[in-house]
Amino acid sequence: MNRIDKCFEELKAQGRKALITFVTAGDPDLETTEKAVLEMFDKGADIVELGVPFSDPVAEGESIQRASIRSLSGGTNLVKILDMIKNIRTKTDKPLVLMMYINTIFVYGTEKFFTQCAEYGIDGVIMPDLPYEERDEVLEYADRHGVYTINILAPASHGRIKKIASDSKGFIYSVLPAGNDADSCGYEDFLNTIKENASCPFAADFAVSDPEQAGKIAALCDGMIISPAVVDIMEKHGRDSVPFIAEYTAALRKAL
Amino acid sequence: MSKIGRFGEFGGQYVPETVMNAVHELEEAYNKYKDDPQFKAELTQLYKDYAGRPSMLYYAEKMTEDLGGCKVYLKREDLNHTGSHKINNVLGQLLLAKKMGKKRIIAETGAGQHGVATATVCALMGLECCVYMGSTDVERQSLNVYRMRLLGSDVVSVDSGTGTLKDAINEAFHDWAANIENTYYCIGSVMGPYPYPQMVRDFQKIISEEMRAQMMEKEGKLPDCVVACVGGGSNAMGAFYDFIGDEQVRLVGAEAGGLGADTDETAATITKGSTGIFHGMKSIFLQDEFGQIAPVYSISAGLDYPGVGPEHADLHTRGRADYVSITDEEAVCAFEYLSKTEGIIPAIESAHAVAAALKIIPTMSKDQIMVINISGRGDKDVYQVARYRGVEVQN
Repeated sequence: MNRIDKCFEELKAQGRKALITFVTAGDPDLETTEKAVLEMFDKGADIVELGVPFSDPVAEGESIQRASIRSLSGGTNLVKILDMIKNIRTKTDKPLVLMMYINTIFVYGTEKFFTQCAEYGIDGVIMPDLPYEERDEVLEYADRHGVYTINILAPASHGRIKKIASDSKGFIYSVLPAGNDADSCGYEDFLNTIKENASCPFAADFAVSDPEQAGKIAALCDGMIISPAVVDIMEKHGRDSVPFIAEYTAALRKAL
Repeated sequence: MSKIGRFGEFGGQYVPETVMNAVHELEEAYNKYKDDPQFKAELTQLYKDYAGRPSMLYYAEKMTEDLGGCKVYLKREDLNHTGSHKINNVLGQLLLAKKMGKKRIIAETGAGQHGVATATVCALMGLECCVYMGSTDVERQSLNVYRMRLLGSDVVSVDSGTGTLKDAINEAFHDWAANIENTYYCIGSVMGPYPYPQMVRDFQKIISEEMRAQMMEKEGKLPDCVVACVGGGSNAMGAFYDFIGDEQVRLVGAEAGGLGADTDETAATITKGSTGIFHGMKSIFLQDEFGQIAPVYSISAGLDYPGVGPEHADLHTRGRADYVSITDEEAVCAFEYLSKTEGIIPAIESAHAVAAALKIIPTMSKDQIMVINISGRGDKDVYQVARYRGVEVQN
């Protein structure tokens, strides 16, 4: 059973929402990333998304763009990230998801990549520039190795929401554009449409950092994706970030 | 495998979910209007009365005599309104944007030719315009920056990466995703997700359609070789397209070699790159072993891009077109040569095509014909070429 499914099953039984946190791998270095991942799991994160840095992250906001540059300029690459994950897997059995641009998979070798995902214990992959209609680029390999390709939905998906929501695995990554506050986010219809059609749980990324706000949005879905708040802590505190990330994760867990 | 919008294995729609619906909306609108007689009539009128089409096909007699090879013609896209072929595409896209009810237009620009064309047509059609331009390009093409502002456009300088065309496109994508409901992204080349590569080619193919008719009129036969410069590749696709089925017409694309395709300071994508997926398309890119897009370099801001349109990648793979790499030095020499020989100052981009032609012409016979596509005029490049030659002129 995929660890993501197992995780959501347990959460459902406990009546809890998933806390999904994001961090860019290798920012500022992979040693710090590894410590941060384990610490986030320890303080209550259910799933961790690891961002694989890309030279031109066209779907990312400024703070993740900067994190990608910091990581790449430190010499991070996919081989080193996979090695780190192998190491993390010896210490935790919680779900790990990679967020990465399709070119970093394609050039590495799609088949080799998904084979290694299964070997190293990566449970899902989010590809911000691989829309549903182009999923055949990877689907055969991902399916063969039991790795989920996580579908993304946004309010701008409009008429495609039902079709995509009903053909998803693991969880649905629902992007809520920032701007509104959590009390009247204006995305209730969007989230309800997903809820009515979803073939798996769905989590929302609202680009909030305040735990209380996150809690309010989480009430509308199955889980909350926290991005880029942890990246912002990394930017501020660098290698000394881990205690701050621990404290922040604990506060989020409490609010959810 | 998805077959939508492919040229062989290349093309596709690799864009973030936030813009996917807008891409579909555009696809629908384009398919609705592309063969619509009313739309075509309006566009033809604009081409004629506003852009000044057809562009001249000029027999370069002195150049022909000087080189002693084949007969040389120049397709004068530099004589279009705004000074380049870019206006062909922008008139088409913005007419479409108006039909779609879009009020705000964004565009990326390298040398500023596409930005100026977009700002111009936005002024003409009463549309709000915002142009993204890399900070390096803002510096080396300051005249075009002022020109765009004069035309009423916002120009946003992009600091990220190498501050060139690729970075401007990244920012335009960000803007598009954030303002998707009211904004139309007017891509300047035959690149990006389907339908852009096909649509931009269709708006540029008038170059080769005119070329064919003009050639038949002047010589009673097709040219033996057509040469054009390739960055993203829109003027080249326009110049090649109508001849693709005529196997006897050799098609040559001139890429920006920068300091040389064997150095890291280059933008010779097809010569040196490999298959990848970026900026909405599967195509050929300059990248490292982990798929990180390479910083590129060329003296020409318009060719300074690490990718190429997917149809060129396919023409290359099929062997239908040849792509050669031209260095900065060769391009500057060709810039000077055409100025002195024919009294035509070409854009530094187009000078890459001239440089490639200068190598091929002497190898062809006197009864053969070559057409060089002069995609733009070189006024904007005079300062930079002077600086390259170590001559101080006031910018």
